[in-house]
Amino acid sequence: MEFILSKFNYWIYIIMMMIGFYAMIAKRNLVKKVIGMNIFQTAIILFYVSIGAKKGATIPILEAAHHAKIPPESIEVAKYINPLPHVLMLTAIVVGVSVTGVALALIILIYRRYHTVEEDEILRQLS
Amino acid sequence: MMQQAPAFTIVILLLTSFWVPIIGMIKKESAYYLSLIAIFFSFLAACATLYTVITSGPIHYRMGGWPPPWGIEFVVDYLNGGVVVLISLISLLTTISAKKSVEQEIHRSKWPLFWSLYLLLILSLLGMTETGDMFNMYVYLEVSSLTAYGLIAMGERGALLASFNYVILGSVGASFYLLGVGYLYIATGSLNMADLNKILPAIYHSKVIFTAFAFFIVGIGLKMGLFPLHMWLPDAYTHAPSAISTLIAPTMTKVSAYVFFRIILSVFNPQFSWEVIPAATLLRWIAAVGIIYGSIMAIAQKDIKRMLAYSSISQIGYIVLGIALANQMGLIGGALHIFSHAFAKGCLFMIVMAVIYKTGIRNIDDFKGLNKKMPFTMAAFCLAAFSMIGVPPTAGFFSKWYLVLGTVSGRHWFLTAVILMSSLLNAVYFFRIIEKIYFSSFVGLVNGGHGHHEHHEVVAVAEAPLGMLVPILIMAAGILAVGLFNTQIIHLLLQFIVPKGLA
Amino acid sequence: MNTVISYKPLYAVLVSLIGAFFILFTNEKKQNLREAWTFIAAFIKFGIVVSMLPVILQGKVIKLTLLELAPGLSLMFKIDFFGLIFGLVASGLWIVTSLYSIGYMRGLKEHAQNRYFFAFALCLSATMGIAFSGNLLTFYLFYEMLTIATYPLVTHNEDEEAVKAGRKYLTYTLTAGVLILFAIGATYIYAGTLEFTPGGFLKGHNIPIGLLQVLLVAFLVGCGVKAGVMPFHAWLPSAMVAPTPVSALLHAVAVVKAGVFGCVRIIAYVFGPVLLKDIHMWLIVAYFVSFTIIVSSLFALASDNLKRRLAFSTISQLSYIILGAALLSKASLTGSILHIPNHAYMKITLFFCAGAIFVKTGKRNISELDGIGLQMPFTMGAFTLASFGMVGIPPLCGFISKWYLCLGTLQAHEIFFLFVLLTSAVLNAAYFFPIVYAAFFRKPAEATTGMAEASIPLVVPLSITVVMAIIFGIFPNFFFHFFDLARNAATSILTGM
Repeated sequence: MEFILSKFNYWIYIIMMMIGFYAMIAKRNLVKKVIGMNIFQTAIILFYVSIGAKKGATIPILEAAHHAKIPPESIEVAKYINPLPHVLMLTAIVVGVSVTGVALALIILIYRRYHTVEEDEILRQLS
Repeated sequence: MMQQAPAFTIVILLLTSFWVPIIGMIKKESAYYLSLIAIFFSFLAACATLYTVITSGPIHYRMGGWPPPWGIEFVVDYLNGGVVVLISLISLLTTISAKKSVEQEIHRSKWPLFWSLYLLLILSLLGMTETGDMFNMYVYLEVSSLTAYGLIAMGERGALLASFNYVILGSVGASFYLLGVGYLYIATGSLNMADLNKILPAIYHSKVIFTAFAFFIVGIGLKMGLFPLHMWLPDAYTHAPSAISTLIAPTMTKVSAYVFFRIILSVFNPQFSWEVIPAATLLRWIAAVGIIYGSIMAIAQKDIKRMLAYSSISQIGYIVLGIALANQMGLIGGALHIFSHAFAKGCLFMIVMAVIYKTGIRNIDDFKGLNKKMPFTMAAFCLAAFSMIGVPPTAGFFSKWYLVLGTVSGRHWFLTAVILMSSLLNAVYFFRIIEKIYFSSFVGLVNGGHGHHEHHEVVAVAEAPLGMLVPILIMAAGILAVGLFNTQIIHLLLQFIVPKGLA
Repeated sequence: MNTVISYKPLYAVLVSLIGAFFILFTNEKKQNLREAWTFIAAFIKFGIVVSMLPVILQGKVIKLTLLELAPGLSLMFKIDFFGLIFGLVASGLWIVTSLYSIGYMRGLKEHAQNRYFFAFALCLSATMGIAFSGNLLTFYLFYEMLTIATYPLVTHNEDEEAVKAGRKYLTYTLTAGVLILFAIGATYIYAGTLEFTPGGFLKGHNIPIGLLQVLLVAFLVGCGVKAGVMPFHAWLPSAMVAPTPVSALLHAVAVVKAGVFGCVRIIAYVFGPVLLKDIHMWLIVAYFVSFTIIVSSLFALASDNLKRRLAFSTISQLSYIILGAALLSKASLTGSILHIPNHAYMKITLFFCAGAIFVKTGKRNISELDGIGLQMPFTMGAFTLASFGMVGIPPLCGFISKWYLCLGTLQAHEIFFLFVLLTSAVLNAAYFFPIVYAAFFRKPAEATTGMAEASIPLVVPLSITVVMAIIFGIFPNFFFHFFDLARNAATSILTGM
């Protein structure tokens, strides 16, 4: 129990990822697949965001940085959360949005051509 | 100028891909020529990069001057310098030969967008090859996937669904890759490949590293169509516009294969990949099954593009097998196979593109007597097919030769058998076509053994347009050149990937 | 051993390769120009090969190292006694066959003659490469080239049967190629070299005996497929659907001899007599090919199609050569090497005759040949002489090589094989003499109008070859010094020099 609770952020991301993965693989409806894909990506984003966090830390903006030059040694790294994963996730979010955009655009085209978003239907029409 | 060459390979394409749709609004035809010029200059930059590498050692190019491990770094060493030139050369030749085919298959209004995406795809492949940063790699990976989704979707009937399936699987792959990066970041706090390579050995027995490794294998494996993660590949190759199959078949999987090399050899070190975890054993078996599976599936296909797609799956198995053999010959064989397969598959797809453009034929049964119509193209087809089968002195033979040596020196007799078996299976599906092309124009005549054949109809030569034929012949020459000068390639480029002290 | 460096072997290979492309790009209608190319290439090639003869006879070796094909392995030509014999036979007979081909192809108004002559020239290049190759990798390169180049000749007729024969041919030969590739790879890993050495280079590398046995089997099966050793012979009779000149040169001289040549190279220049005895394989190989000798003669007896009968006879005769090599005595090696040119001259005559009969009368079967000797006296006369030679009757050249083979069995103290050879000679007689008898002494089925000999380009080549067969029987050293070459080769193998 302790083990689970102490790493709850990881558990949450794994559960979310599995939900998303299930939807992507098992659902036959293309829109549901895209939703699953979104959950999947969000799970990873959450994972990244959570690894940057530290207990009791604050946003990585130096206090009083306006007034005086602070020598680097005096900055306590533990006080600030790690910004890099968050920055990376900005990119990942952009990528995720574009992928979703492309997927949805494809679905629209598929719907126009086959008048359905069910994979089975489409395969039947194709064969 | 020369120091900036690695960046130029990408920047030229990036800027042009932005301007192509805008200028294309005014004049549709200009899009193609702009792209061609950009790719040509990118190719020159790639050559300059490789030249610098050969003359003065690997290049570490810092984007914006930020020093690693904080800044993003492009690292061009011997192997990827070669791969960059290979990719840009094949892209250039594909672009030259694709003009007519694109005009035929893609609606005029979409040309500027098509070429813009096309440029982005090439640039992302070059970026994947050159980058020295794990996260940057992810970005390029996604750019290449996104552009590929769009381009594949422009194909014929069935392309939309193929593209959609690729979206789903591709994003799973990319997400896995991203997770792997995250795990490594947790453990090391670094994203730079060279830096990771230094930090990682201290924590090799951490489970986090194992997991990250597994995620990488799956993520990249998906991208390169490694069995059993190949599900997207046949449909995507089959239904994409011919120009796009021609571009992605020789380049995309090869770049991913290169990334595979890079992650196994220079992010993790080989000792880890082969000794700490039994990745090599697992990969060997996967590769072996993939080689046979791909070949057998290829035999069963009627559509030539689909057949070539399955054959790609099998050939990817060779490259992975080379890595997984974990010895000198195996590695060299695997790396050489990146080159030889890129040339052979590129040539084959260009030929298919020319055939489809000229005759609309896709079904293998309809290839009958095509030698009368397109003699040069078909001669090139034979050469490329020989390379796939592994007939000396084509490129395919030598990569196979090193792989055989690798399996023998590792005493993996079963794998030797797999490689040899697969080359026989390759022979089955290629000779089936060659037979149709050359020797079946008279089938149906009652016992022509007396030699008094009557030409029912004299088929006029209707060779592919010069713009298609010349690239095909250049590729065919490339197949022979890679074969005959493989020693030079190994001395110049490939020998450096073999870790020191490896038998 | 003196080594001479010369570019001649390269030229000998290249001349027909370049010639092939001249032929390919000649207009299909311009027959004379195309055939001129063939002749020019053939004569130049023959000249080059003959010009190497004096050097080799002095006991020197011509060597040429070119492009490095793989690190440590070069494209290497090395001409020794043995290689030169094969080169001389193949290049010499190419000229004769070209003449014959012209008569044959024109006589039948064959289609796709450009492709035919192109592939033919390619085959010759490959054969020359095989004869002159100095290491196994070079050998393999040309061996595969020969496989591929022969394919269009086998399927030349482009009908169902030809395509099927082509498939069969490829299935057998490509599988064989793969086996050889495996064996070469393993040899390289274990021995670190691939260069042919008289007396073998594999000994002294501490290779496990089991592996050596496997390697030997892989090599011999790989080469044996081309040589038509039973039970890997099935492609050869089917490949007889090819035009007769192809059957003549390629399936009596170049392709199958390349297989035999490979077998002898493997036995004598890779493994070597000492090692072969050490791994207890020589007798097994000998018994194996003895089986082929006898059984294929029986098959020959049973086939009515003339070319098919000749094909089985080829299979049987080729195994003589392997048998001679496997017995590892001086006389048997001499006989076996000598049998390569001798059999070539005799068998090519027989095939030429079969082709001439077919062109003239359209007959393919032995049962239709009654009385044909009166109609075509030259052709059938040559046939008779050549078949005497096959049986081993002096003074034809077949006698000499068989004599040495028989001596060899005695030298090796293996009397069993003497019986094999003698039985086979009897069987040879049994399947050749009825043809001769029928041709000259049976009444033809339909009334014939006297002499109707085949055209000059067909008769001249077969007369030349049969005359050569007699000359070699009386003067074994005539011009080419085949006998000296063979004896020297045998000596060098046994002494390892």
